[in-house]
Amino acid sequence: MATENPRPKLTQSSPSLMASNDELIKYYSEMLLIRRFEERVGQLYGMGLIGGFLHLYVGQEAVVVGVENAISRQDPMITSYRCHGHMLARGEEIGRVLSELAGKASGSSKGKGGSMHMFSPENGFYGGHGIVGAQVPIGTGIALSLKYRRLSNVCFTFLGDGAANQGQVYESYNMAALWKLPIVYIIENNQYGMGTSTARAAAQTEFFRHGEGLGIPGIQCDGMNVLAVRDSALEAASFVRAGNGPMIIEMNTYRYRGHSISDPAKYRPKEEVKEVRETRDPISQLEQVISERGILKAENLKEIDQKIRLDVRNAAEIAREAEQPASSELYTDVYATQAITDD
Amino acid sequence: MIDISVRQALNEAMAEEMRRDDDVFLMGEEVGEYDGAYKVTQGLLSEFGPRRVIDTPITEAGFAGVGVGAAFMGLKPIVEFMTFNFALQAMDHLINSAAKTRYMSGGRVTCPIVFRGPNGSAARVAAQHSQDFSSWFAQVPGLKVLAPYSASDAKGLLKAAIRDPDPVIFLENELLYGKRFKLEEEIIEPEAIGVAKILRPGSDVTIISFSRGVEWCLEAAITLDQSGTSCEVIDLRSLRPLDMKTIVKSVKKTNRLLIVDEGWPSMSIAAEIAFRVQDEAFDYLDAPVMRVTSKEVPLPYAANLEEMALPNENKIINAIGSMK
Repeated sequence: MATENPRPKLTQSSPSLMASNDELIKYYSEMLLIRRFEERVGQLYGMGLIGGFLHLYVGQEAVVVGVENAISRQDPMITSYRCHGHMLARGEEIGRVLSELAGKASGSSKGKGGSMHMFSPENGFYGGHGIVGAQVPIGTGIALSLKYRRLSNVCFTFLGDGAANQGQVYESYNMAALWKLPIVYIIENNQYGMGTSTARAAAQTEFFRHGEGLGIPGIQCDGMNVLAVRDSALEAASFVRAGNGPMIIEMNTYRYRGHSISDPAKYRPKEEVKEVRETRDPISQLEQVISERGILKAENLKEIDQKIRLDVRNAAEIAREAEQPASSELYTDVYATQAITDD
Repeated sequence: MIDISVRQALNEAMAEEMRRDDDVFLMGEEVGEYDGAYKVTQGLLSEFGPRRVIDTPITEAGFAGVGVGAAFMGLKPIVEFMTFNFALQAMDHLINSAAKTRYMSGGRVTCPIVFRGPNGSAARVAAQHSQDFSSWFAQVPGLKVLAPYSASDAKGLLKAAIRDPDPVIFLENELLYGKRFKLEEEIIEPEAIGVAKILRPGSDVTIISFSRGVEWCLEAAITLDQSGTSCEVIDLRSLRPLDMKTIVKSVKKTNRLLIVDEGWPSMSIAAEIAFRVQDEAFDYLDAPVMRVTSKEVPLPYAANLEEMALPNENKIINAIGSMK
């Protein structure tokens, strides 16, 4: 019954980059929603509606949108604390995500989780985890449950380049390869783990090679190109679904903002950010394809943008107006039944 | 009359729950082909096969997290730590991932999981393999913490832990595994979580303990009874939730309290109970609450020093003798 591990395939992905007009517009709209959402959220933080830690996904939109469009909602997804984009891509209502950021009862976690702890299990999204790397064994356990239940689904576990160096990531790779678990590890390499560049943190900065010794195939992908992302996710999903065990995809991407809202990002030159924005921006790139192919005119694209901006603004208004959690919520959801109170 | 060891009781609890529910599975180091480092899982692989009895690599952080992920999906993992000393490597998943996710998700993602294995000192294995973690876990909202003494509780409470919808830390004791108990009848149903048990009624002093400490208390109570001191011995069984009702009721009757806790005294289970008893029954105490605990040192290897560091029945007898 045991089959030999296929030879590790360590390659650049070879995307088909094929997409229908409708698909291109869909990807464009989904990325733009995340962009506008995050921009607005950054402003709302400054205005005091949102507190605590806040990690924005601006610049990395193609990664989650590309993956989401390669799989179904029955394929679970899990990530770290940079999770707003994943919530939106998985289909959680904008208002619930924004309300959660505002700490309101109408939030996706009733206001008890905040920016880093968001979940949408009905849509196959299992968080939203605040401790760097912790989501990786958890995602591996989700994959174990899929195999245990003899389902053909694949778990997509997202981690950053910073988390990729963690011991528990190696432990997870080992178990996933050993037990041939249905999991794809998506490394969102945005080039910096907080303020430390990959070159200063990893002895091997080609993260798709990190499973090499365990026989886990890895592919490297342009994470700023949504079609390339989608194709690499399709390729990995089909390899993993066939029962071959895990696969790693390194998505080379970039975050335009600091690690968190309070990070002025002094560790990288402004020109670096400017250059990526001007030459590799995932949304601009797709906009260009849509224009060049004559799918939509500039004014149609603008209409899409305006509609999204309006949706986000409305969601922000809903969040602002919403009630804070009732004080009775303090002790709920600690346990299934009664909480242990201290009085 | 049934004669059964704690080891057998734990084994039966797992086997019966696994027969009852296909979502229950077991994972950990040496739980399968080796039949368990302490033989608690003996025979489970041969009955349930490798899908449900999973031998893991020696990577606690990783497999504890894997268990949590499986529980998020509705499976009911039993994760064995060969000893709880090794759970330190996995602490982030026990506390941050297992205990807090129900709350942080507003009840949308839950974690029905059991982490079990031997806790506390064994014999002569020195500091890194001899620590009582009861107070560490019992401090955390979102966790339930059980520490049974008897074979019937080992079985009934482990069954309850496996069926519980929340994460349960199930603290066993290596030196109790071989201890045999006589049961009136077979334990089939889960025992209620959060209820202490009076093992020996008495009128002069209440002695509270859990896990192996109960053994010392019962032996001390027999000796003390012969010299005319009647001890009421309470087995906590559950450390979180803590059954204050039973404790306070007993203290109101005996007016004296001694707590026996294998952990270190600072910030301990004993300290917490003492606080709560003065809070709830101050006027009923005829003497200051006393405690017998381990000494504030890493557990030494040398036999004489080890004995000095740990509680035992003589230390309990002496403590009660010195009570005002």
